[in-house]
Order: sequence, then structure tokens, then C-alpha cells
Amino acid sequence: MKKLVLIGNGMAGIRTIEEILKLLPDYFDITVFGKEPYPNYNRIQLSKVLQGNTELKDITLNEWQWYEDHNILLYPGETVVKIDKKRQLVYTDKGKEAPFDHLIIATGSTPFILPIPGADKEGVTGFRDISDCERMIKESDKYRHATVIGGGILGLEAARGLLNLGMDVDVVELSDYLMEAQLDRTAGELLQEELERQGMQFHLNTQTVEVLGNERVTGVKFKNGNTIATDLVVMAVGIRPNVTLAQEAGLVVNRGIVVNDYMETSSANIYAVGECVEHNERTYGLVAPLYEQGQVLAKQICGMNHQGYKGSIVSTQLKVSGVDVFSAGVIKETPETKVMKVFDEWQKTYKKIVIHNGRLIGAVLYGDTKEGTKLFSYIKKQASVEDYLASWQNTDEEESIVATMSDDEIICGCNGVSKGAIVKAIKEDGLTSLEEVKNSTNAARSCGQCKGMVTDLLELTLGDDYSDNSKETICGCTDLSHEEVVAEIRQKGLTLTKEVMNVLDWKTEEGCSKCRPALNYYLGMIHPVDYKDERESRFVNERLHANIQKDGTYSVVPRMYGGVTNAKDLRKIADVAEKYNVGMIKMTGGQRIDLLGIKKEDLPNVWKELGMPSGYAYGKSVRTVKTCVGAQFCRFGTQDSVGMGIQLEKKFEGLNTPHKVKMGVSACPRNCSEGSVKDVGVVGLDGVWEIYVGGNGGTDLRQADLLVRVKTEEEVLSYTAAFLQYYRENASYLERTSKFVERVGIEQVQKVVMNEALRHDLNQRMDQALSVYKEPWDEAIENQKTLKDLYQNITMK
Amino acid sequence: MERIVKKIWIGKIEDFPVSLGKAVKIENRDLAVFHLSNGQIKAIENKCPHRGGVLSEGIVSSEFVFCPLHDWKINVSDGQVQAPDKGCVQTFQTLIKDQQVYIEVPIS
Repeated sequence: MKKLVLIGNGMAGIRTIEEILKLLPDYFDITVFGKEPYPNYNRIQLSKVLQGNTELKDITLNEWQWYEDHNILLYPGETVVKIDKKRQLVYTDKGKEAPFDHLIIATGSTPFILPIPGADKEGVTGFRDISDCERMIKESDKYRHATVIGGGILGLEAARGLLNLGMDVDVVELSDYLMEAQLDRTAGELLQEELERQGMQFHLNTQTVEVLGNERVTGVKFKNGNTIATDLVVMAVGIRPNVTLAQEAGLVVNRGIVVNDYMETSSANIYAVGECVEHNERTYGLVAPLYEQGQVLAKQICGMNHQGYKGSIVSTQLKVSGVDVFSAGVIKETPETKVMKVFDEWQKTYKKIVIHNGRLIGAVLYGDTKEGTKLFSYIKKQASVEDYLASWQNTDEEESIVATMSDDEIICGCNGVSKGAIVKAIKEDGLTSLEEVKNSTNAARSCGQCKGMVTDLLELTLGDDYSDNSKETICGCTDLSHEEVVAEIRQKGLTLTKEVMNVLDWKTEEGCSKCRPALNYYLGMIHPVDYKDERESRFVNERLHANIQKDGTYSVVPRMYGGVTNAKDLRKIADVAEKYNVGMIKMTGGQRIDLLGIKKEDLPNVWKELGMPSGYAYGKSVRTVKTCVGAQFCRFGTQDSVGMGIQLEKKFEGLNTPHKVKMGVSACPRNCSEGSVKDVGVVGLDGVWEIYVGGNGGTDLRQADLLVRVKTEEEVLSYTAAFLQYYRENASYLERTSKFVERVGIEQVQKVVMNEALRHDLNQRMDQALSVYKEPWDEAIENQKTLKDLYQNITMK
Repeated sequence: MERIVKKIWIGKIEDFPVSLGKAVKIENRDLAVFHLSNGQIKAIENKCPHRGGVLSEGIVSSEFVFCPLHDWKINVSDGQVQAPDKGCVQTFQTLIKDQQVYIEVPIS
């Protein structure tokens, strides 16, 4: 098993592990090191704990049992102090060493403590973890007066909590209005008015220069010379990514640990996720981006298809009761932006929408935040102002927002619950109310910003005319897409088509001609060794191993590796054709001989007398490898294309694939076997093989993309195997490689296949899939029951 | 019109694999006989009204068969072609007694 080590037992890291377990359960040997002596908990709910609405135990996300259930070795209260990237080892403060194949750094961030005199005094704290929270709760018993430095979200939430704990609270802010990063002056002042009403004292435009006191804090001093007395100082001026460990290991670090779109650090097999990360020169301190990153990273580590992380547009809401504030995207006005503002001073509501080049890029709401979810969706899409205004004409618009969201889009940013998960829960568990959804999925349980969307989803899902057009379902029997079904099969360990249809609430009793073959394929792909192929879920051609023709007869194509035959085989074919009155003998497009017009009852005898393996000309499988003459005879040939083609065909013979796979091998750039329009086309040049993938010469003409240039025949086999296995695992059933490569992009395919570790794993899984291959014609001939069940008709006189 | 039928024995129940069809020829009639997963045996004429596809080779899902040629969906109990296509095939009464399967065909 591959060793996966996670440094940091927090929300980002554990979320990534959860995503990985969904994709490849039981695949990694997982070890987690966490500095805090707790299982993973919901950090953003800490302010609720401080405010007294929530108990500590209520914010635990993964209980100890969860780690055990998933065979995760957790070292709570143990800090990793060193990474040896060369030897792929980590060392802890307790002297432990752990080797890794993949390492995820999710060290989070720490509160930024102002570097001012006295900042190290007793009674000065950040607001980051359970121990900070417990300290504040404890001290509120003894002390009376707290000062929060920082008028941002965290500071205001802390201040509200301290008020609830019975303390007098002063808030000091450098800027001249509150939540300066998320609001503008108008909204900031409305907020201030409300919070003053709740009991906070504000010192705006004020810089703190010193913490006063002996051992313990007694006051703070401002730049203007004023001082205030205080017993507790909470620093909430910002966070700083924890990068020391990564820095000392020699990884590239800027403000955070620098990662690319694949969440890879500068060192191979080492990834980073969450608040410790810097992506495209941005760091994030909110939870939604961490979940988005976690999703990408999981797919990356598992070698699954994904589009990479493109950065996040974030929205925020203040978790303070009695205050409705919403902010999303870019809210600063510049000479290039225009704004729409609605300000009702009497009712204290305010709305501002920021527009750039005619598109929505940000919004602020105060007082009435109902429109927040809709605006956030428009901002994420960068919708045009016209679209936004038009949405007011249409009263059903609220519905269409959630309807057009894709299934993996996160509805609840706090708890990382996707639309798909909510819809599924509504359907599977028969949920009918917001409360039920909250309890079942955790969505809308934290900040509540997404309540509106959850309600819309309930309406949408339960409404009579519910139809979800935002994704392509497998068929009318289910609302799930191919990808979702595959994920469910993996996650729930489903092993039979009937079981899949039962557990995933199929709308029909036994599926149909579309979903049954698809499920049969997916189950065989996921459980290559244990799955027993269901012949009744196979299309007739694959059940009978021959091609049905319009008159109910069949065609037989014997295997002819690389398109090479000999006199003896040709003689045999000729004899059989005569004996069974073959209607037509024809060369196929893939250089094979097709015997057409054979009766079903004759098929087993035809095969027996031919004594050749099945050419698989009928299946969603590797079909033929077409070859040119090559170096043996051709005066232009530079490589042994025939030999290469035969090796490929022998290796992948009979492999089940999402759709048919045709290959070609040529020995020079003239490309006589037409590799540019094959699913896999190999072109031999002097000392080099080029592998092209995703070509199609049929319905959807597409030129193949160059995947890689390699030197040896072994490499051709190994890269081809990796590509085909990647295709098998990630394509939808009946999706040709041309569509697949077009969809995921050749760069992504290359990225996976070029990665040595991933290629190795893909090859291993491919070998497993190939290990169960049995020649189907022989198998049929030798099995009396198969012969009787499938090939014999009943005739009554 | 009064219809005269005769009952013909076509085999033992285990001669009909579950969730699959079987082509049965009775005199000059071609029938498709299906052993459904609920244990019932159904018989229809073995010819799709569309292009004459051999229905006995189609995928069987509960009481529907999907023609192997162009995927027409046909109810094997009442012979009706399902929307969006239209048409029907002849159906035949079947009977299972002591594990033996009989079929009623009109005397022609």
C-alpha cells in the first residue's frame, strides 16, 4: 500500500482525506499528525462556542471512531518538526519517523500577533483554536474588561462572544470603518451602529502601539497617546500561514507554501492544502476555498481526472446574531468600476453591486441578505448586468440559480456540503424541511448563509415538475450522472447491478438497456477480480461474442494479431466459410477477416473449427491493432511496427473499456496505419516512438494528440497501459477516447501519465484488470450450460 | 370471434435462463420466450415491428425487452411498443405447471 502522510489534523487536511477515501477507499496507508490533542473539529464554529450557543463537543467533525473505521493512524498532540524530502520521511517532536509516498502539508495558520512592546504579556491571546477559546471562557470568570484588536470578522465575532461572557468589550481598528476588507464605509457604519447598540465600544482610526502591564496586561496604549485599561487582549488582526516546516524542508515559500493548480509544492510527491497555501499569489482564510482545494488535491493524488484549482471567489457573512451582513467578490470601487447602490437609511438596509466591464464582480448587503446566495452565484459566474436585471423580471429566478449549479458546487461553504449531496439526501432520506436537511447533511448548520439555497433545493427536488438539466444522467432511470454513480459504487462498496439500483434509488425496477451495461462495466472496472460479469446486462454482441446483423445472423471475426495471418489459418478460414455457407467474406476496417451471415446455433462449431481466439470485433473493448509493414520489408520503415502492434494487441486483448478502442502502429511518419485517427496511434521514428491518443475517424472526426515520445517498446506498452487505465477509470460509459481527451484536455492526461508514481499505479491496476481475461470463444465451447442457455434455440414440431 | 388455441409444451423451466430470452419455433411461428426475474414466463412474437429485430436477444428489464437492433422498448406482457415509438407485437398465453412450461398458440 502507498503511504500517505498528512501533517495537520484540521479541516483542510481531513477534508482532503475524506475526498480521497471516497475515490479510492482502502488504497492508501494513511497517517495523520496533529498538533492539537483533539480530533478534527469545525474551527469556524469556535466563535459560536465562545458566544455560548454551542458546546465544544458539538463542533467535532470527525470522531475518534472515524479514524479507526478508516484505518487512519492518528497521532494527536504530536508535531512534525522536520521533513526529509529526499528520503521521503517526516520526523516528529516525539522522536517518531514516518516514511511517505505522498505527503500533504496542511499546517494551517496562526493569528498574527502585533510586534509591539508587551505583546508577550500574560492575558494576550489570539483566537484560533480550542485552547484560545477555553482560555477566554476561563478568564471571563475572573476579569471584567476585554479589548479586541482588529475590527474584522474574527475580531467582531470574538467581541460578541466576550460580551456574551459578561465582559465589557472595546474593539480597536486601524481603519476608519469596520470589516474594511469586506465592506464599504456605508455598510461598515451601519454595522458599527448596530454593534454599539449591542454594547461594543469602538476605537476606529486607532493604532495600538503598546500593551501595558507588568506580568499581566493592564491596558493598551494607542499611537495618539490615549490608553485604556483592560484585563484581556485578543489579537485578531489577521492570520499568517504556517510555513516554517515547509521552508526548512527547502520548499518554495512566499507568504504561504507555494502550490500550482494541482496543489503540488515545488517538491515531487509533496502537496499542500488550506490556509498554509499560496496559490496564484493568494492565500485564503475562509473555509470554502479549502474544500475546493481539498477536492482537487484528492483527485490529483488518486490520479483521477480534474480541471485543477483555479482559485476561489469568496463570500463572507458575520456570525453575530442580530446582524445581517453579506459580502462577496471584489467590493473596492476603482475608476474602472461602476456600482449600483440601494440605501434605505430608515430601515437600515443597504445593497451595493460592483460592476466591471458590464459584469458583476462583487456585492455588499446589509440588513437584508436574502439576495446574497443569488448574487454570489452571479458573481461566481461573472454574469452580465443585463442577466442580473433580467432575473428580476422572472419570479422563478431563485429556483433557476440552484438549478443551474453543477452538482459538485458547494452550497454550504462552512461545512463543505455540495448541491449533489443535499439533493441526494433529500431524495434518499425523504427529507422535507430545512431542519431535516441540516441534521442529515450539516448544510446550513453554521453561518446559515446558504439557508435560502437549501430551501430552493428542497423546492426544486420535491416539486412535481422537478427536472435537473444541469447534468447528464446515465439514463431516465436515475438522476445521477456517470461520475456520481461511479463515486457511489466506490464509496459504498457496491458489487452488483441490482444493489446499485436499489441503494441509489433507481426509478425503474431493473434499469434499462442503457444503464445496465454501464453499471456492469463500472462494477467490473472497480472490482476487476471479484466482480462476476452479468451476461444479462450485456448487449447481445458482447453476450454472444459475435456481431448481430440485421437479419438476425451473426458475423465472426477471428483474432489476427497485428493484422498478420498465414497460409494455414487462411485455409482454415476458407474451409469453415464453405462448410457453414458464409454469406460474405470481407476485410474489416481494422485489417481483419469478417465472416458474415452465420446462424447463432452454428457459432460454437465455427469457433471450434477455426481454433482461433475471438477478434473482439463486437465489444466495448480493445479491438484491433492495425499495423503497417514496418522495418522488416518496407524501404521507409524505421521500426518494427508489426512486432510492436502484436505486443500491444496481445497485452490488451479482451480488455473491457468504456467504448471501443482502436489502435494503429506505423513505422514512419507516413503513418500508413492511420494512427492520427485512432484511439491510440503509435508512430515509430528513428530511435523514437510517438504515442498519439484520442483520435477518431468515425462519427466525430478528431486528430489524435501527441501524448509522449519514448524510446523503448516497454515504454510504449507502459504509457499505453497508463493511458488506457486512466481512460477506463475516468471516462463515462460509451465515451470514446476522442470525447474523453477533448473533455479533460491532453495536458491533464499527460500530467497523469508522465508522473512516474501514478503511471506505475495505473499499470498495476491495468495488470489486475488484464489478469482475469478468459478467451470467450473457448469458454463458451467448453461450458455446456452456456452453450444451452445462449446458443441453442428451441424447436417444437 | 371465437379463437381456438392449443397448449404446447416447450420445455422445463430451467431451459429458460432467468432475465434472458429464448427463441422458440413452433411450427411456422417464431416466438421469443422470456423468463423474467419475478419467475414469470412471457411469450411474444420474435420480431420487432420496426425492422424485424430478433427480440429474444434483447436486454430484459423487468417486463420490458429492448430490441437488439435499434433499442425499441417493448412490454412483453401486453406486446405494446413503448413511447416514443409506436406499435405492438402479438402475445401468447403461457402456463407453468410442475416446472413444465406450456404455451397457447391459435390453431391456424
